[in-house]
Amino acid sequence: MLKSHLIAQLLKLLAAGLLLISFAMLSRRRTQRLITLYAWQGAILFLSTCLVAWDAGLTELWYSAALTLILKVVAMPWILHRLIQRLGAQWDNEPLVNIPITMLAGLVLVIFAFGLAQPITMMATTITRHTIGIALAVILLSFLMMITRRRAITQVIGFLAMENGLFFAATSATYGMPMVIELGIALDLLVAVFILGIFFFQIREQFDSLDLHHLESLRED
Amino acid sequence: MSAPRWLSAATALHGPTLHSLLFLVAAWVILGAVGLLRPRSVRFVAHLLFPLGAVGCIGVALLAGTFLATGHTAEAMILPLGLPDLPFHLRLDALSGFFLLILGMAGAGISIFAAGYFRRGEGTAPALLGLQYHVFLASMATVILADDAYLFMVAWETMALSSYFLVTSQHRIPEIRRAGFLYLLMAHVGAICILLCFGVLQGGSWQFTFDAMRGASLAPFWATIAFALALLGFGAKAGLVPLHAWLPEAHPAAPSPVSAMMSGLMLNTAIYGMLRITFDLLHVQFWQWGAAMLTLGLFSAVFGAAFAAVQTDMKRLLAYSSIENVGLIFTGIGLAVLFDASHMPLFAALALAAALIHALNHALFKSLLFLATGSVLHATRQRSLGKLGGLIRRMPWVAFLALIGTLAIAGLPPLNGFVSEWLLLQSFLFTPRLPQAFLNMLVPLGAAVLALTVALAAYVMVKFYGVIFLGQPREPSLVDAHDANWLERIGLGWLAAGCVFIGVLPQFALRAAGTVTGKLIGQTVTPGASFWRIAPVTPEQASYSGLIFLAGIVAAIGITFLLVRLLAHGRMRRTAAWDCGYPWQTSRMQDTAEGFGQPIRHMFGAFFRMERDLPSPSDEAPRYRIHIEDRFWGWIYQPIARAVQRIADAVSILQGGRLSVYLLYSFLTLLALLVFVL
Repeated sequence: MLKSHLIAQLLKLLAAGLLLISFAMLSRRRTQRLITLYAWQGAILFLSTCLVAWDAGLTELWYSAALTLILKVVAMPWILHRLIQRLGAQWDNEPLVNIPITMLAGLVLVIFAFGLAQPITMMATTITRHTIGIALAVILLSFLMMITRRRAITQVIGFLAMENGLFFAATSATYGMPMVIELGIALDLLVAVFILGIFFFQIREQFDSLDLHHLESLRED
Repeated sequence: MSAPRWLSAATALHGPTLHSLLFLVAAWVILGAVGLLRPRSVRFVAHLLFPLGAVGCIGVALLAGTFLATGHTAEAMILPLGLPDLPFHLRLDALSGFFLLILGMAGAGISIFAAGYFRRGEGTAPALLGLQYHVFLASMATVILADDAYLFMVAWETMALSSYFLVTSQHRIPEIRRAGFLYLLMAHVGAICILLCFGVLQGGSWQFTFDAMRGASLAPFWATIAFALALLGFGAKAGLVPLHAWLPEAHPAAPSPVSAMMSGLMLNTAIYGMLRITFDLLHVQFWQWGAAMLTLGLFSAVFGAAFAAVQTDMKRLLAYSSIENVGLIFTGIGLAVLFDASHMPLFAALALAAALIHALNHALFKSLLFLATGSVLHATRQRSLGKLGGLIRRMPWVAFLALIGTLAIAGLPPLNGFVSEWLLLQSFLFTPRLPQAFLNMLVPLGAAVLALTVALAAYVMVKFYGVIFLGQPREPSLVDAHDANWLERIGLGWLAAGCVFIGVLPQFALRAAGTVTGKLIGQTVTPGASFWRIAPVTPEQASYSGLIFLAGIVAAIGITFLLVRLLAHGRMRRTAAWDCGYPWQTSRMQDTAEGFGQPIRHMFGAFFRMERDLPSPSDEAPRYRIHIEDRFWGWIYQPIARAVQRIADAVSILQGGRLSVYLLYSFLTLLALLVFVL
């Protein structure tokens, strides 16, 4: 009983950390720092999955935790680091909306997410059920980050962070998704990052920049 | 109305005729696919596969004909194809049998002709054409056999798509692409109407088999909505004015055998659908439906004939003539509905039989004429009437066979066009007996409109034949024109023989149509007791004998010939014709297509929007040009097109091109959906 209680407390702490990192991502302008934050997010996910696996005694969740560690803490950040170094895109330029306003919007989104999660929390039976609101908030905040940034690479990081939020929502609401689906999503992410990497080089070659407003000229009139 | 008379029709499961028909339909598709083995070989595709397809057509015609003649009970079957829990239902009854008979009879001639027609290097590869052609045939047969809305729509759309690809087989020409697009657009608008119509017809049971729809009892309001949707949908396919705009563009754009298929056969599927829904699924309820069809039909008929009279392109002329004929068929159906709703089954059956036989006749003579224009087109590379002329000497076979078609479509005895138009006029003569006060005064006026249309049609055909085949060649290159090859001649000859046969011995067609009316209205039409004449109501009322007409014409010609031989001492002198005092005559002194149509253009001036180029008096080589447009373009189509464009422009503001705005759209959608589930 005590173990379970302790784990629940720890999970809440980790979830708070996740939310904090999401806000940190919203406020950062340096791409390199964003990748580091993304890796931290992955580490928190890994820890929380481990805790849930320990508590529920599910072997599947251990595998999924291992996958998280390899993919989201090591592989993905490493690939992204290599990418921005080769592209020379360590800096993001001025975001579309200034950062204080983005933070305020993020605050509203978090409140919205918590309100939304209330009924789901009532129904869930897992020990992690109170973190569903946070998971939803992470998804929405990552989406917000995608909207407010100019650079293609920042949007990819936002996209990956959104997936982290989804994963967290899955573990906290239902002890994770079936293994097949999880493997599929992991593979998809990897492929997506590779394809987007290729696109970055194409975009840069075409416009000599990674700034997305160049894409506006592709619009058909 | 007594609904049970449709329900009581006994249905045999797994009938032998339906099995054989399905086998032939499948064989068509396989034939088309086999052509892909040797995609570029004209000899393999044209000289082997198309004749085999024609054999299939004859098979369909024989099966359908036997089915009608023996008066079997309807045959139904369920194919385990399609979606899970939604198998295809098929049914063969008298109505579908009759339309399959048309498909087979006219299709055989067209397929044989097509075997000789398609050449190398004309647009799409021969094998693809063969595939599209045979899929087109198979889908038309499936439309006629379908017994649920699902299969019907699948076949209907397959038909539209395959014919679209056939129309655009010469897709490198921009006008043809434009015509194809217009056709596809109208086909889809029509299909949506039909789909909605089926949605209304299921009447809340969510059963989409025709059996369920027959049983569904709709409120009068919804029945009328269903009827209006069907009229819109099938009217768009049949080319009823004002939904006709695509027809004179798309039919001439296609290669001639395809034009023949579209005009002769595809229009009939629309008529079939209209009959199926009005008489079988909705069990005719209100005379107003008949009045609507009658009005639209008569207007289309006059409109089509008047426009045909002023055309200068031979295939466009025939396309407008198709609008006219479809108008006549709809007139017949409208009359049948009027009589049936007024509980006069005998007259209803007569009018319906007239419409059915006219559909059959139209398939025969319109295919014949379209194919003849194909031969002319191949021989001369000219479509414009202003550049043809005098081809009767270069192309005697085509000229002779086209003459039969021309006389038939002009409604002259003893050919088939006369039979159906005579029957239609006969049924008009009974309209004063209608019980409604105004109808029995107004509808008989329709007979006058009908007579006007028939006369106009004859005028159009004189122009068509005279300008193409008679007189002197208008271009020097016409001297090199060659006659059709033997496959083309067989195809034309088959159709011409059909025209003569139905004209001389109309009893068979009338008996077949009578079987259909027996099933649909509960009243058969019999040709009368005697073998040599038809008297559908009573011999005292009216009767017609093609044989006597034929004998009379043969006798008159023979006697004249003999008299001339006897009185002119049997001597023959060949000399130049009297030239009216002109020392020489050139082809430019002949009446032109424009000139011939001028009186009609004058009389029906209100129909047309004209732009004329009058040459100046000092012009060295004066040319008179006239451009005639349809007023409906300006009245209906352009306003709709402009409105659609405006809406599309308004919507395109959403497409700003900024990625973050697009992301914002999905973000807001996500939030909205989340709020919604909250």
